[in-house]
Amino acid sequence: MNDMSTEGYVTPDGRKIGGVMMEMKNITLRFGGVKAITDISFDIREGEIRAIIGPNGAGKSSMLNVISGFYVPQEGEVWFRGTKRPQMKPYQVAQQGIARTFQNIALFEGMSVLDNVMTGRLTHMKTGMIAQAIWKGKAEQEEVENREVVEKIIDFLEIQAIRKTPVARLPYGLKKRVELARALAAEPKLLLLDEPMAGMNVEEKEDMSRFILDVNDEFGTTIALIEHDMGVVMDLSDRVVVMDYGKKIGDGTPDEVRNNQAVIDAYLGVAHD
Amino acid sequence: MPEQLFFAAEVIMNGLMAGVLYALVALGFVLIYKASGIFNYSQGVMALFAAATLVGIMDGQVPFSHLINAILGTNVHHFGWHVPAVLAILMTMAVMVLLAWAVNRFVFKYLVNQEAIILFMATIGLAYFLEGTSDLMWGGQLKTLDVGLPQGMNATLDEVTFGMFGYGFFIDNLDIVASIVALILVVTLTVYSQYSKQGRALRAVADDHQAALSVGISLNFIWILVWSIAGFVALVAGIMWGAKSGVQFSLSLMALKALPVLMLGGFTSIPGAIVGGLIIGVGEKLFEFTLGGMMGGATENWFAYVLALIFLVFRPQGLFGEKIIERV
Ligand SMILES: Nc1ncnc2c1ncn2[C@@H]1O[C@H](COP(=O)(O)OP(=O)(O)O)[C@@H](O)[C@H]1O
Ligand SMILES: [Mg+2]
Repeated sequence: MNDMSTEGYVTPDGRKIGGVMMEMKNITLRFGGVKAITDISFDIREGEIRAIIGPNGAGKSSMLNVISGFYVPQEGEVWFRGTKRPQMKPYQVAQQGIARTFQNIALFEGMSVLDNVMTGRLTHMKTGMIAQAIWKGKAEQEEVENREVVEKIIDFLEIQAIRKTPVARLPYGLKKRVELARALAAEPKLLLLDEPMAGMNVEEKEDMSRFILDVNDEFGTTIALIEHDMGVVMDLSDRVVVMDYGKKIGDGTPDEVRNNQAVIDAYLGVAHD
Repeated sequence: MPEQLFFAAEVIMNGLMAGVLYALVALGFVLIYKASGIFNYSQGVMALFAAATLVGIMDGQVPFSHLINAILGTNVHHFGWHVPAVLAILMTMAVMVLLAWAVNRFVFKYLVNQEAIILFMATIGLAYFLEGTSDLMWGGQLKTLDVGLPQGMNATLDEVTFGMFGYGFFIDNLDIVASIVALILVVTLTVYSQYSKQGRALRAVADDHQAALSVGISLNFIWILVWSIAGFVALVAGIMWGAKSGVQFSLSLMALKALPVLMLGGFTSIPGAIVGGLIIGVGEKLFEFTLGGMMGGATENWFAYVLALIFLVFRPQGLFGEKIIERV
């Protein structure tokens, strides 16, 4: 798998994966004395489902936060579609077409599900202040188009029944789904999911897995996801980065990673005895 | 007896009109508080500053003329022109946007994620700074503000009501205009915040910063927008109060009347600011009218605060505020 050509590769199930979309080069991130990420490099390819796994505190969320601009690494470079990315604010990263969800769910609790998903369209709303305020012509047409995209996603994720419900009233599993809907509403090029299945029951996990696969398949969205559970990751992802104590200890297909001794040790706790 | 009743009705009407002005100031507080969690003590001084700037621009005053003359030994005070009211209002609004930018760039940018009390202290500092700036720019003397709003008793209303009831209602034209303007302002702000892109972003930021960032909202832009809107509301309030009682320091003190209004209406509710303002306006006028004599008069000075205090005991989140639920 290390000799993959720059043009991409074909997965065992026949999906065509493209060239490198995002490349992390020698990323190091510190919080005071704590090294959350130590000199990690990896890439994400167009159309791929890329997983980041590792034990708690390994630095997975930190890595996602670096990609989405929430954390600024002390060292290293981020390359997006062939150009080195200057230091960017989270909102600029979002405007570039990178959407995300959070490990601890960050929704607009005071708004309805529909309004939450609508905010996902903000990066696509162009019309200026005055036109919007007066609510005529272009603004109206834009609103209609945005509503169509949003309704499609709401149907897709099967949350029609709760469209008007205030988010604060939803159970945990549905909140996770609404957060995914909001990220999808941005029609992102790259979708970052931080533990999308954490805290879910088996049935909810299966639903979420299906949605992730369908998003990748139907919209061609590139996905990077963090997951704690090895089993789920093996089923979903094309390639896996394994982290432990801020370091990369494995990178490859699920099969390669599963048979990697360092990975086995990290998961069984052998290495830290 | 009916005479008394009509008189009471008139008191209520006048109370409503006064309440509209309270509501206008309270609105400025609520807008900033909702979006950024900052309780902006300087809202009243912003109104003073806006009104003084408007007068200065209309009269063609040279800003900072004292300072300029002291340094350069010149003797300039006026440009020698007069700016029409509408143009001057637009120019003042531009100054308020500039102020919004500066407040964000030089103060609150450095106070991100600080505790509410620290942000509050910063706005107290801002209030004094702005008050000084206002004096330095335009002088501290009492100014009259005349943008051509109708003043004095509404004769038509007086005649019509006299014809109908044999009792002429006395309502100030300016109060009627203020009420209409406030109504338009509230409707516009509501529609804007409900349907525009920026309005959506504003509500998103007010709800959750992290989530707002993730959907591509620039917090900096929103802060400037919010302070600009608060500046606009301050300008409107400044015009109304300034036209009524002149532009002077006491104009900034009326902001303190907004405090009981907010306690009543809740710090996070736009309808609350309006209803709270009306209740206080009517309440204090009616109280003075009925019991004022017994209590030695001038009850308007304290009535609002006592009412707010009573309210705090029974409904601390205000009429419309979000219920405070302790997380355990
Ligand atoms: N904002 C932060 N401030 C300080 N330390 C942090 C912060 N975010 C993460 N860390 C630290 O970085 C390390 C990695 O955390 P994290 O990326 O959340 O791990 P994971 O998602 O793999 O469980 C931990 O030691 C954590 O305490
Ligand atoms: Mg994590």
